[in-house]
Amino acid sequence: MRKFIKGNEAVTIGAIYAGCDAYFGYPITPASEIAHAAAMHFPPLGKEFLQAECETAAINMMYGAAAAGKLSMSASSGPGMSLMQEGMSYLAGAQLPAVVVDIMRTGPGLGNIGPEQGDYNQAVKGGGHGNYRTIVLAPNSVQEMCDLTIKCFELSMKYRNPALLLADAVLGQMMESLTIPDGMLEKQDFSSWSVRGDAVTRKNLVCSIYLEPDLQERHNWMLQEKYESMRCETMAENYLCDDADLVLTAYGSCSRICRSAVDMLRDEGFKVGLFRPISLYPFPEEEMNSAMGGKDVLVVELSNGQYRDDVRLHLRDCDAVIGLANRMGGNLISVEEVLSKARDMLEGSP
Amino acid sequence: MIIRSKGFYDEFERKGGRRRTTHYCAGCGHGIIQKLIAEAMVDLGIQDDTVFVSPVGCAAFCYYYLDCGHVAGPHGRAAAVASGLVRAIPDKVVIAYQGDGDLGAIGFNNAFQAANRGDGFAHFFVNNALYAMTGGQLAPTTLPGQKTTTSPYGRDVVNTGEPLKVCEVFNQLDRPVYIERVSVADSKRIKQARKAIRKALEIQKEGKGYAFVEILSPCPTNMRADSVGAAEFVTKEMEGYFPLGVFRDRSDAETACCMEVAPKTVEEIVDADYAGDVIADMPELRERRYKFSGFGGQGILSLGLVIADAASEMGRHVSWFPSYGPEQRGGSASCSVVVSGREIGSPTIDHPDVLVAMNQPSLERFLPTLRQGAVLIYESSVPLNVEVPEGVNVHPFPAARIASENGVAKAANTALLGCMVELGLLDMPEAEIAEALRRSFSAKPKLIDSNMAVFEAAKEYARKELS
Repeated sequence: MRKFIKGNEAVTIGAIYAGCDAYFGYPITPASEIAHAAAMHFPPLGKEFLQAECETAAINMMYGAAAAGKLSMSASSGPGMSLMQEGMSYLAGAQLPAVVVDIMRTGPGLGNIGPEQGDYNQAVKGGGHGNYRTIVLAPNSVQEMCDLTIKCFELSMKYRNPALLLADAVLGQMMESLTIPDGMLEKQDFSSWSVRGDAVTRKNLVCSIYLEPDLQERHNWMLQEKYESMRCETMAENYLCDDADLVLTAYGSCSRICRSAVDMLRDEGFKVGLFRPISLYPFPEEEMNSAMGGKDVLVVELSNGQYRDDVRLHLRDCDAVIGLANRMGGNLISVEEVLSKARDMLEGSP
Repeated sequence: MIIRSKGFYDEFERKGGRRRTTHYCAGCGHGIIQKLIAEAMVDLGIQDDTVFVSPVGCAAFCYYYLDCGHVAGPHGRAAAVASGLVRAIPDKVVIAYQGDGDLGAIGFNNAFQAANRGDGFAHFFVNNALYAMTGGQLAPTTLPGQKTTTSPYGRDVVNTGEPLKVCEVFNQLDRPVYIERVSVADSKRIKQARKAIRKALEIQKEGKGYAFVEILSPCPTNMRADSVGAAEFVTKEMEGYFPLGVFRDRSDAETACCMEVAPKTVEEIVDADYAGDVIADMPELRERRYKFSGFGGQGILSLGLVIADAASEMGRHVSWFPSYGPEQRGGSASCSVVVSGREIGSPTIDHPDVLVAMNQPSLERFLPTLRQGAVLIYESSVPLNVEVPEGVNVHPFPAARIASENGVAKAANTALLGCMVELGLLDMPEAEIAEALRRSFSAKPKLIDSNMAVFEAAKEYARKELS
């Protein structure tokens, strides 16, 4: 079964198949279609939909619903994502599952509603306070907008940690064919930690406060071990990297533009490949090194080198030439800009 | 100090050790209030059903004492957390407990909106006219002239406003079921507070809606008084600004029910378009990149969608991407459609293979991007005064006229579709395109025949004039 559908709507379809129980959100372009679809589709399925008074309220409603062992989601962008960061920290601290979708727009400040990838650091490094991490998955197609939403819920439940689907306006607005998921995600038993208002969970406490420094430190160590254990969940795509002299690397909509560039450069006889991280946290370090080790690298992103910094951080080959082709402000990078930068690198121009 | 109260844990293990004293200062109202809530919870038989949301502040540690399910969230957000909880467990009892900084300042809108929605929880608001835990600062409820650590010269109402009367504000809203202000400054008042707290919890047990109880409470430490002095301050000073009493009791009124929405299955919601799952690669199929552009309302986006739908139905790789953000300026709309036999790279198009332009701005913007071998179809009533790049095949086409002549002035886009079919630009059987055109009018079946007439007329024109 397939459906020709917008990326933002595919997110909602994914949420339905993931067994999401509730949507709490505040409208913001370019993420609003996710709320529109949830408002339309959740109530007939007996799921909750509530338009919150602000993003701060939305993320705390999610905190409440998650504390009761229910799966909830929200979608936002730019300023709204910033408002949610305190709540993300609390969700991580209290180890609650919840999924937030960030359809990135431009910034800083109000910016505009065009596509950008400037929320990379906020998403991947933990945008709120404290020593925590958010699971971050970056789709690059309408199919992945659905499938990775489901994966976000799956990992969020498995690790009791907030998960973030990091997409941008291109992926949200574009339409492609979506193959409908086979079946529903299996529900997990949260009775050991949730508070559902019943005898089984009466003794439970959902919180992130440990007054004793030693206990707070122990909690922190436990979280770090959990983040370390997530390494087995890394996801990445390697497109024609094996014999490549130059590897382009990009995530999200940029990776689609790079794929076109790789095909064109291959047609011109250049050995070029594309490495695409799908999980941004946990970062696919091993996959990246095996795809890009010993090769020149061209990072393509719609931000100010935030992703390139992570490439530098994770690439063990310290001598690698790492180029950057980037745009900001709502301008997409064109295939030609990527081609031009790649040709410069392949031909050894500065 | 409170020992072995009904509804409290036997020992306060979360506090550390096997202690049975609370962490509250002597003369503080919190212990009394929590004891009243715990007792009511047991007496009403709702202990298993109750989830208690703590604030941040001195009462952050309610979970040391009350024997029920507990959630501790961010400063100010207890109401929002409770709003989420009541939607997750609508048949249970949810309590949110907040101080005056927590509810009256940082979290006021969350509390206010929860009250306005009538979210079904008991909302206990402890007003001691200051921030206690953080060191006795000015709260929204601080009295005029009252000295706090951040109003060392006394509260200046010209600069910081008058004490915030939350009961009076919430009493302007329609949905709250119960609103009362009480005090725990002396035993007579505690009796009334006990009644109010029970009432709020009964309303929850019976699922009647939102109940708000404000409780004036002494804080000897930050009121810089002994227990007696602090209680006197509450009664003599605070009650002057915050009169006690029941503001509203609609607990006997009939409870409103949510609007009914007809249930659907997941399959009905998803409403799949096509039966097959797999999109197989067709390496022999050339990739075509189409750009459609015109004024908003000329059906440009739908024209792209009909083609995308037909290709998708046939199991081809297709992407459709609308003009977006800065590109939409000037009232123009455009979309990019890529149809391919293999996985599509960029859904955006720098150099279209086919440009369909319906207005002057579209020609100005996109015609210069065409390269040798590309095709331009443009609405022939628009003057072509943009330089045509070398090697571009240009087809002026009277789409608007053909549409009007066939009785559907708005169907210029359908005419252009017919033209594209006739010029062989779609690499798909005509029947598939016609079927997709019919599908696009599934919500307005009356328009199918007239649009098919436009489609046929356009093909005929293109066959005679353009081939």
